[in-house]
Formats: sequence, C-alpha cells, structure tokens
Amino acid sequence: MSRLIDVENLTLQFDTDEGRITAVDNVSFSLEAGEVMGLVGESGSGKSVTAKSLMKLNPRNAIYSDDTNVTLHLDDGPVDIMSLNTSTELKVVRGGAISMIFQEPMASFAPAISIGDQMVEQLQIHANMTASRAKEISIEMLDRVGISDASTRFKQFAFELSGGMRQRAMIAMALSTKPKLLIADEPTTALDVTIQAQVIDLMKDLVSEFGMGIIFITHDLGVIAQTADSMAVMYLGRLVEQGPVREVLRNPAHPYTRGLLKALPDLDDLETPLSPIPGDIPSPLERPPGCVFHTRCEEKLEGTRCSTEIPTFTQLDDVHRVACHLAAQAGEFK
Amino acid sequence: MSDKPLISARDLSVHYPLRGGRPFGPKPVVRAVEGVNVDIVKGSFFGLVGESGSGKTTFGRALLRAAPITRGEISYDDGEVAYDLPKLDEKELKDYRKRAQLIFQDPYAALSPRMTVRDIIAEPLEVMGITSSKEETDERVREIAAKCRLNLEHLRRFPHAFSGGQRQRISIARALVSRPQFVVADESVAALDVSIQADVLNLLKAIQLEMGLTFLFISHDLSVVAHVCDHVAVMYLGRLVETAPTRQLFASPKHPYTKALLSAIPSLDPDDRGKAQKLEGEIPSPTNPPPGCKFQTRCPFAIDICRKQEPKLESAASEHNVACHRWQELLQEEPAKTG
Repeated sequence: MSRLIDVENLTLQFDTDEGRITAVDNVSFSLEAGEVMGLVGESGSGKSVTAKSLMKLNPRNAIYSDDTNVTLHLDDGPVDIMSLNTSTELKVVRGGAISMIFQEPMASFAPAISIGDQMVEQLQIHANMTASRAKEISIEMLDRVGISDASTRFKQFAFELSGGMRQRAMIAMALSTKPKLLIADEPTTALDVTIQAQVIDLMKDLVSEFGMGIIFITHDLGVIAQTADSMAVMYLGRLVEQGPVREVLRNPAHPYTRGLLKALPDLDDLETPLSPIPGDIPSPLERPPGCVFHTRCEEKLEGTRCSTEIPTFTQLDDVHRVACHLAAQAGEFK
Repeated sequence: MSDKPLISARDLSVHYPLRGGRPFGPKPVVRAVEGVNVDIVKGSFFGLVGESGSGKTTFGRALLRAAPITRGEISYDDGEVAYDLPKLDEKELKDYRKRAQLIFQDPYAALSPRMTVRDIIAEPLEVMGITSSKEETDERVREIAAKCRLNLEHLRRFPHAFSGGQRQRISIARALVSRPQFVVADESVAALDVSIQADVLNLLKAIQLEMGLTFLFISHDLSVVAHVCDHVAVMYLGRLVETAPTRQLFASPKHPYTKALLSAIPSLDPDDRGKAQKLEGEIPSPTNPPPGCKFQTRCPFAIDICRKQEPKLESAASEHNVACHRWQELLQEEPAKTG
C-alpha cells in the first residue's frame, strides 16, 4: 500500500462574535490507499470539521494555524492542500481526487435538477468529459451501486427516490470521478438498519474494487467495527486514541473510548444497566484546560496534571496510541 | 405491575386519503396502520419497533387521538376513568389530553426558542387549566424539574443554552408536568449521542417506576428497546408481525423480519464481518402494498401461500404472537440461503 494523505498538526479556529473558538486542535493522522479509517466522536467533537478541512471546505471565518500541513499524494506528485486558495486550484480536492458523501442525501442533491444532470455536470467539470460520455459513465455507476433500471432513475429527481436509493445515488455520484480519497460523513445514520447493512456492504465492495482510501465519520461504533481498518477517536477537537479497529475496540486505552463502549446498549447482556458518560460535552467556548476530557472523566486523579497539563500521545505499541496521563503513568511503571 | 391493560386496541386501522385516482373511482389511500390488535398493560414499558414507513408513529398518534381513526376500537381504562377513544366527546377529549402525553423526537425543534424553560414546562398546566394560581404552577414546575434533574437556575434560561441531552430532559418535564398516565415517547433518544442516550433512557425508566407511568416507546433501534422495554411489538408496513416479552423476543425471534432486523445491527466485534443475514430491497410503499404477507417481497423464505394469503397473528408461546405462515417450519430450518 502507498501513502495517500498525511495530516500534520491540523489546527482550525473560527472567529465568531463570541470570540475565537478552537474546533480542531493539533490533529495528525495519515491514511494509506485502500485503507478505511473510522473517525468517531460525539456531536461537537470536530470530526466533520476535520474531514471538511481536507477539502478546505470551511466558512470564511476559519483560520488554520501556520504549522498545519496536509499533503495529498497523487500519482503525479504530492499536493499541499493548505497552499490551494482559488476555486480553480481547489478543484482537485473538491470532487476531483477527494469526494464526499454527506449524511442527509435529500439535502445534498439540488431538488429541481435531475439526479442525472447533477452527475453529468460534475463529471464535465472534473473529468473533462463530453456530455454523452458523462451520461454513459453515470448510468453505469448507478447500475454499479445497485440501482435497478438506472437509465430511468437517471432522469428522476431526488424526491422521487427512497432514502436508501438516494444514498446509493449519492455514492454513485461521489465515485464516478474515481476519487483517491472518499470522505463519508455519517453516510448511514439517516438510514434504517436493514438499508444501512446494504450500504455498508456496497461501500466495502467499492473499496476493494477501486482501491481508494475512505475516511468514515460516524458516532456508531458498531458501524466502525464492521467497516474500518483503523480508527481515531475525537473529543472536543482533539484526537484521544488511534489504532487498528480490533485493537482499539478490544483494548480501549482512553477512558473516553471505554465510556463510549460502555454506554452502548449490548444485546447479549440485558441485565447490566446502561452506563452513560456523566455530564455533557463542554461548549468549545469553554474548553477545559489540561486534558479536554477531564471534566467528565471517571478515572481522573484529583489534583493531578489531568486538569492542568495537555496529555501527549503515549505509544502503546507500534500502531496503537493514546493521549492520556493515566496511560502514560502506567507506561512509566512498566 | 397489574395485568390489566391500560390501553387496548382492536382491529385498529388508520388510512390517509390521497389526492388523485380515477374520476368517480375509489380514492387511493395510504394504509398507514391496518388491523392492529394490542394490549398495553398498566405500568409497562411497551416497545414498538420498525423501519421508517412501517406506521409506528401513526400508531402512537392514533392512541393519543392525534391521528384519524378509520376503523377499530381503542379502550382506555386507568382505574379512574374509562374511555372509548374513537368516540370521545369534546370534554372527554380534553380530559384525555391530560392523561396521555407525547415526548417528541427532536429536542431542538420541540422547544420554543422564545420561551424560558420555566414557561415551556408550565405551558401545559396553564393551557389545560390544571393549576389555579401562579404559586401552584411554580410548585408543580419545580417538582417535575427536580425529577428531570433540572435546577432552578436552568428554569430561568432559554433552550438555546442547553445541550441535546438537557433539552430532551426539558421535553420530558413538559410532557410529564400534567401527571399523565400514558406517555408515548416517539424516537425520543434517536437524535442523541450514545453517551447521552444512556442517560436519558435511565431517566425515563426511573421516572416511569417512580410515577407508575405506562410508556409506549417507539424506536427503530432494537438494542435500545431491548434495554428499556418489558414487552416489544414489531411492525412492518402497518401490521404487527410479532409481539412478545422483551427477553423472549430477543432470545428466540420467530418472524423472519424480526430475525433480519436483529441480524442487521452492526456487531461491535470486527470478526463478525459478513456474518449478518442481509435483507434485500426496501420496505414497499403503503399506497400499493403487496398481496398476501406484506413481508413476502423481501423474505428469503417466501413460498406460494405467502404471496396469496395474509398471515394472522397467532400464538407461538405464552404472550408470544407471530404473523407468519412458516414460523413453525423455520424453527428447525436455519437460514439456508441468505443474500
């Protein structure tokens, strides 16, 4: 496998009326071609903002830090995404080499333009195709994602399709430009479980067929367990744990990851009461000092550096790392 | 918990007429709920699951008299009063509104941004004329707010200052302030993060036990239902396909649809990949339901009789009912061919 994207020290702030807020704080990760990475966290943890900044798809009041460095490795050389500014320059990462699938497919298709016309339009922009060739490819893609009678569906509008069908069309559209990296932002959250299972299967097939990398954003750890190779857990703009899916789910090292897993209703164990993570995620305007999670952490040590010092990453093994003082301490004793 | 049903529905149907159709011909209708029989025991936490479009919300609203009842009977008996719900007069309906309440799905849309939390919770009391003085209203509001873990400081603020979990607690307080007997919670935790969801579920359960409420808990999430409900009904295209006590349903599901739903929940174990039994296709449109068993278009076990005759809900075990022609045969047969 070859390296697809490197994200180093991604820090993103927004200038708002209430002051400058930090949405993403010093996030680093990388992705290989053909790898599926799950990005997990509660609402407000900054997972969508992180993914969108790979396409610089953020509002005007967004401020990236100077040491933020995002490099996309393409066949004809690396692209420094932070240095792209005009819309012509950004074309390569917005729908070209990077595509995105959104959570609510109804809101991401234009309601008054047919599905087909929207697919053709983006192919003409990104792949320099003639309209007839683009139409051929689009119908082929619709067929590929399991939409029956694709040439009829091609002429229909988003409201004429069911939820699962719309999400398939969205996937077909995102993949028709043959992106190297696909960002899927909660692609199955609005779907029923039976349809979700179909869409997950489809995405797995497509990864093996096209060999692209996927960043899969979700708050559903079950979906991650079934799709991703590696995962990163985010809390209040910071990565708190990273590693291969098996490793992180079986031996979660961060108290937050453990809390998320414990809060999930388990079908095999109906006796144990559900255990929520106490409290709410703090507002980004009032980011706690020290470890961002210490206000809700059940394992924090009173009067220690948890509330004063930002934890750095402790490497548990080659690939599994965690940002927690407790883990660091345990490591020192070993 | 007594065994007396608080609400019992017989052959309940809700149809919505559609525009169009041939001139002078029959108007097309959406059969949102069709021939549902259900008993909700007083003091129970009754779960209703199904995919979107299965009619579960409409069913919940019919029990609240908030959807037009086309056919069938619903009786309500809480020990103080007994009502025949489809035939309530205006005065009775007003009284029923105090006894039956709804908690909405989206706590961001359900609360007016221009009212303080105190006013939001107090509104039902004022509108329904339950309390006679401001002091009494305040007293009731404070009492229910404390139960929902909201403090006096919270009551003075506006909803925008609260997180999703806190807002849902405000909605719960508003629904419960009139001291209802029966509460319909329609996807009340679907919009919340897992960490908060567990908290709200625990709260609902605690309040239910404390106030002796009867809940109809509507959800698409089987694992959530498994944890809070005593009894579960599974709905598909307006029909009940299986009802059973929770433990029994999850230990031995009988209907192929229930089995498929259970199997479609993504497992937390990465080694389970590809093991799930997959359902093909999607739920058909309720304007044009398939003949025979409504699930036959997606059922891997459908045979001729399934395409011709609609199965009736029959007893499979004590309190366990299933509507499937082949459930007995399928007990032996493990899923042979799956998608």
